[in-house]
Amino acid sequence: MDIPVARDRASDLAWPQGGVTRVPFRVFADPAIYAEEQRRLFRGPIWNFLCLEVEILNPGDWRLASVGEVPVVVTRDEHGAIHAMVNRCAHKGALVCLQERGNAKSLTCVYHSWSYDLAGRLQSVAFRHGVRGKGGMPEDFDTAQHRLEPLRVEVFCGLVFGTFSDATVPVEDYLGTTMARMIRRNLGRPHRLLGMHSQIIHNNWKLYAENVRDSYHATLLHTFYTTFKVNRLDMDGGMLLSDDGRHSISYAKRGTLQQSEEYRNVHSAQYDSALAAPQFLDTWTEFDDGVTHCIQTIFPTLVVQLTLNSLAVRFFTPRGLDRTELFWIYLGYQDDNEQQTRQRLMQSNLTGAAGLVSLEDGCINEFVQRGTRGSEDRNAFLEMGGRDVASSDGSRATETGIRGFWQGYRELMGL
Amino acid sequence: MTVREAIEDLFADYAEAIDDGALERWPGFFTEDGEYQIITRESHDAGLPIGILYCGSRAMMEDRVRALRTANIYEPHSYRHLPGPPRLAVQGDGFVVRSNFCVFRIAQDGDTVTFATGRYLDRIVRDGDALRFRSRRVVLDSRRIDTLLVLPL
Ligand code: FES
Ligand SMILES: [Fe+2]
Repeated sequence: MDIPVARDRASDLAWPQGGVTRVPFRVFADPAIYAEEQRRLFRGPIWNFLCLEVEILNPGDWRLASVGEVPVVVTRDEHGAIHAMVNRCAHKGALVCLQERGNAKSLTCVYHSWSYDLAGRLQSVAFRHGVRGKGGMPEDFDTAQHRLEPLRVEVFCGLVFGTFSDATVPVEDYLGTTMARMIRRNLGRPHRLLGMHSQIIHNNWKLYAENVRDSYHATLLHTFYTTFKVNRLDMDGGMLLSDDGRHSISYAKRGTLQQSEEYRNVHSAQYDSALAAPQFLDTWTEFDDGVTHCIQTIFPTLVVQLTLNSLAVRFFTPRGLDRTELFWIYLGYQDDNEQQTRQRLMQSNLTGAAGLVSLEDGCINEFVQRGTRGSEDRNAFLEMGGRDVASSDGSRATETGIRGFWQGYRELMGL
Repeated sequence: MTVREAIEDLFADYAEAIDDGALERWPGFFTEDGEYQIITRESHDAGLPIGILYCGSRAMMEDRVRALRTANIYEPHSYRHLPGPPRLAVQGDGFVVRSNFCVFRIAQDGDTVTFATGRYLDRIVRDGDALRFRSRRVVLDSRRIDTLLVLPL
């Protein structure tokens, strides 16, 4: 698909012929493009995932986050409202909050003690009237003119999103109906935190954004299921895209074999395999739609997954041109019983930094980063499943999700 | 040999097996129903159940080893463990043992990094004629794993 190129260009890069079926390797290696992304994309008309609502449950709770490289603090004020602002003092720019998370009545910068309320409004300035009548701020100094730079915040199913742009449409419109429905399915009831870790991957953030939309590689790179002959009975699947192509759902369904009514909610080894301890894959049915695996991406850096009974939110944050931090947040529902929590613990082995099924993703994107060094003028070729950006019902052998990502990226970047 | 010496031996042997690449020996350091978990300090302190890797039995550890030998893909690398001295207390039929560790990761191109530091929280019991882990909880100081974790710590 060809996209009209905006006049205000992000760089001198000319996107190759072939539109979203080609990706110039330079976008993963050019510091100027990386810098432009911080401005045009992350501060652009998009919703950035900030944190989970369950991480800031109480009045006064705050938690650090990032939007691109911009440090952000998310707070809950005394009335329960959630705020997000750049963690950059309005005075000289020092970080205001230093701990990853905390609870406070106000936020005070350690450098010169400027103090802000939980909405980021400047409350007081040290030595405003000087010391013993000497020094101090000019007469016309007005605290109301200074504050922590705010982001607009919306919460959807416990996910806290922030945006810098006034042009960003409401979250539900941003997601579209298909995406919003799947998030409601997976996160629409009270959930709780079961664990958290992160991974440093040595690649540009967009390589992970591609990778997680790449349903083509799933059974080729990740061979755990096939090696151990895990008979999954759920190989039907597909790739659903939002109308704008930016978000995606890769899903697998239980095949023709329907679980009979008596077995619903019963823990049974449904898997035939060569594993010594296949019980960790025992599962119970949480939803009636037959979908057993779904990996949902929300542009640009959020992923929600429910694979078997492993519920998790992932998100990734650029930490430099070829360095990305990938966060894994494992969740359960508030009404889970002990056995269900244990199954979620067991199945957390499938994903994460040590995931039996997915650990390859920790290095594969680095292999691309390294493989394309010195070839910044060459392109990746993305024609699996066609050349368009459209849902692919029934097949996951497609790169449509990746093409959708680049469609959104090009629109925002004017490339 | 004192209990302390026997536990120090167990630690040295455990590290040797992993660092020498004799990973098939790794499950044998645990009782049959032994537990092994790697978790971040943050999650451990918060009392959260899910870490980075969990094995609830020796069989699950065997599957892990077979998976990393036959299914998982990663660049070749090895570890060098530096186990610290154990502090032990008798509890029930065994010992509660705490120790520090440092693990370096050596890549095939020679790149050597401090991959993990933290502490082992162990329950060690006599199992037949050997001391074995009934549980070994690896509490990582950092929340971050560099690249991926495939060999046990
Ligand atoms: S930089 Fe924050 S008070 Fe001066
Ligand atoms: Fe993958």
